[in-house]
Amino acid sequence: MNIVVLLKQTPDTESVIRIAEDGRSINTQDIKWIINPYDEFAVEAALRLKEQHGGTVTIVSWGPQRVVESIRTAMAMGADKGVLIDDEALYESDSLGVAKALTAAVKEIDPDIVLCGHRAVDYDHNQRGPMVAEMLGWPHLPLAVSLECDGTTVKIERPVEGGKMILESSLPAVVTMGGSHAVWNPRYASLPGIMKAKKKPLEVKKLADLGLDPSECGEEAAKIRLVSLEMPPERKPGRIINGNLDTEGKAKELVRALREEAKVI
Amino acid sequence: MADSVCIVAEFRDGAFRKVSYEIASEGRRIADAMGLKLYGIAIGSGVSDKAQELAKYGVEKVFVADNPVFEHYIAETYVPAVAEMINQCNPSVILLPASMNGKDLSARLAARLETGLAQDSTEISVEDGKIKAKRPLFGGKCLGWYEWADDALVMISCRPNVMSCLEPDESKQAEIVTVDVDVPEPRSKVVSVDMDTSGKIELTEAEIIVSGGRGMKGPENFAMLEELAQLLGAAVGASRAAVDAGWRPHSDQVGQTGKVVTPNLYIAVGISGAIQHLAGMGSSKYIVAVNKDPDAPIFSKADYGVVEDLFKFIPVFTEEVRKLKSAE
Repeated sequence: MNIVVLLKQTPDTESVIRIAEDGRSINTQDIKWIINPYDEFAVEAALRLKEQHGGTVTIVSWGPQRVVESIRTAMAMGADKGVLIDDEALYESDSLGVAKALTAAVKEIDPDIVLCGHRAVDYDHNQRGPMVAEMLGWPHLPLAVSLECDGTTVKIERPVEGGKMILESSLPAVVTMGGSHAVWNPRYASLPGIMKAKKKPLEVKKLADLGLDPSECGEEAAKIRLVSLEMPPERKPGRIINGNLDTEGKAKELVRALREEAKVI
Repeated sequence: MADSVCIVAEFRDGAFRKVSYEIASEGRRIADAMGLKLYGIAIGSGVSDKAQELAKYGVEKVFVADNPVFEHYIAETYVPAVAEMINQCNPSVILLPASMNGKDLSARLAARLETGLAQDSTEISVEDGKIKAKRPLFGGKCLGWYEWADDALVMISCRPNVMSCLEPDESKQAEIVTVDVDVPEPRSKVVSVDMDTSGKIELTEAEIIVSGGRGMKGPENFAMLEELAQLLGAAVGASRAAVDAGWRPHSDQVGQTGKVVTPNLYIAVGISGAIQHLAGMGSSKYIVAVNKDPDAPIFSKADYGVVEDLFKFIPVFTEEVRKLKSAE
């Protein structure tokens, strides 16, 4: 099977986010960069497919050179090849522009299946998977918490509000991953894996290499723009329920406070 | 000339989902602020009979595609149909629900219509005839305001349970336009549906959440939280540590990976407060933290903190809640 994983590098979820001086981007100097967790689940799912059916797992990513480290991490887990679209014109693109670039890269690889996270934990756009599926004209099975594939059809379980569903599609198709670390349990890179990863092929491409022009998917083509960032409103300082009370006293006081002050129970 | 705001309602199992009325109400506010008409798109199996419901929230004209094939959301059947109806509406602003299926539909439509989408927005403002949308980023660690290019169709999906509904006006009637759409043969299909009939409250829709973390020490101890939740009419959530340990299903996970929740009351039990967890619940109206470690970061977000061994405190607290509830 020819498998593509779309991978985004994001700040670690334990990172503190601070707004930069320009008011519309974040300070990146103290950020630890990781593979978007939902994309890491996609890498794991792709490797399991490869173990079952053979084939190739190609990581397709975009962003500056720091992203190479995340692609190498995926390779150390077991992915075979990588493509990084590193073009300054994409830095200020909207989701549509990024999806155009990713779609062009995917078309060159002509895979049976494309896997990626249902969202990235940075900007939470929730757009990359369905947009690429739309541009390819393929079905998209979202929020997968399981994945079975016999080589010609793919079947997933997904949550819906108030329940779950089983979806099925013929290939080629896009599947976006939901669930959690506990569901997908992505493997760690082994030491031999890390050594091998250094020698695996990684192509760095510009938009022009994909037959695209910045006017189609760069900043000037963007239909939507992030204009400013703000921090959530500060929470009012809370209070510790009186430490001198015994357990029952604290319980009574908490019930009273929730009932009479907060009026939420 | 585009002269309307258009909402795409979500219809499932014979009824519009509540978020449909929220976006209709928000659409009405925007249409009034911009001097535009408000149109609706209703797609589903059996949706014709219910289309008039949208009128109560200010929708003036409803485009309806009613076909058994639309019983379940499948992008391949929904996207061309909704795109055709949008074409007939000719709107300058489109609002959609940021439900699980709504997010998928919104993103595919944005690709098809080649425009920008502000997904999962929590606030929309109109200033000098220009729209801005606010959305939480980094799981709620910060908020971003988005604007559209001058010639772009504005597409916004709205987070459920955030925007308020107008008081329904039973006297209002909308013009109904039945649309015949070509439905392509989809390659993907729904094999089976399994709805939870236990009455469990969806985390993202719960008014009160009781959540447990590593301090719970094991899956069996969550029975204690279930009991408290039942008394409060609450949903039970979990931290990533509790889910990773296999104590709770992944669907219960609250945090930057997992669900972002905004209940009126969030009771964090035995949760230390990792940054990614705080991001997922930090916008709750009131937060209670129960933890034996007085230095746990969760206390920095809590309106009320209780420094106690949870295994001692929760049973006593549950009894106090029971007394309160039985006195009602």
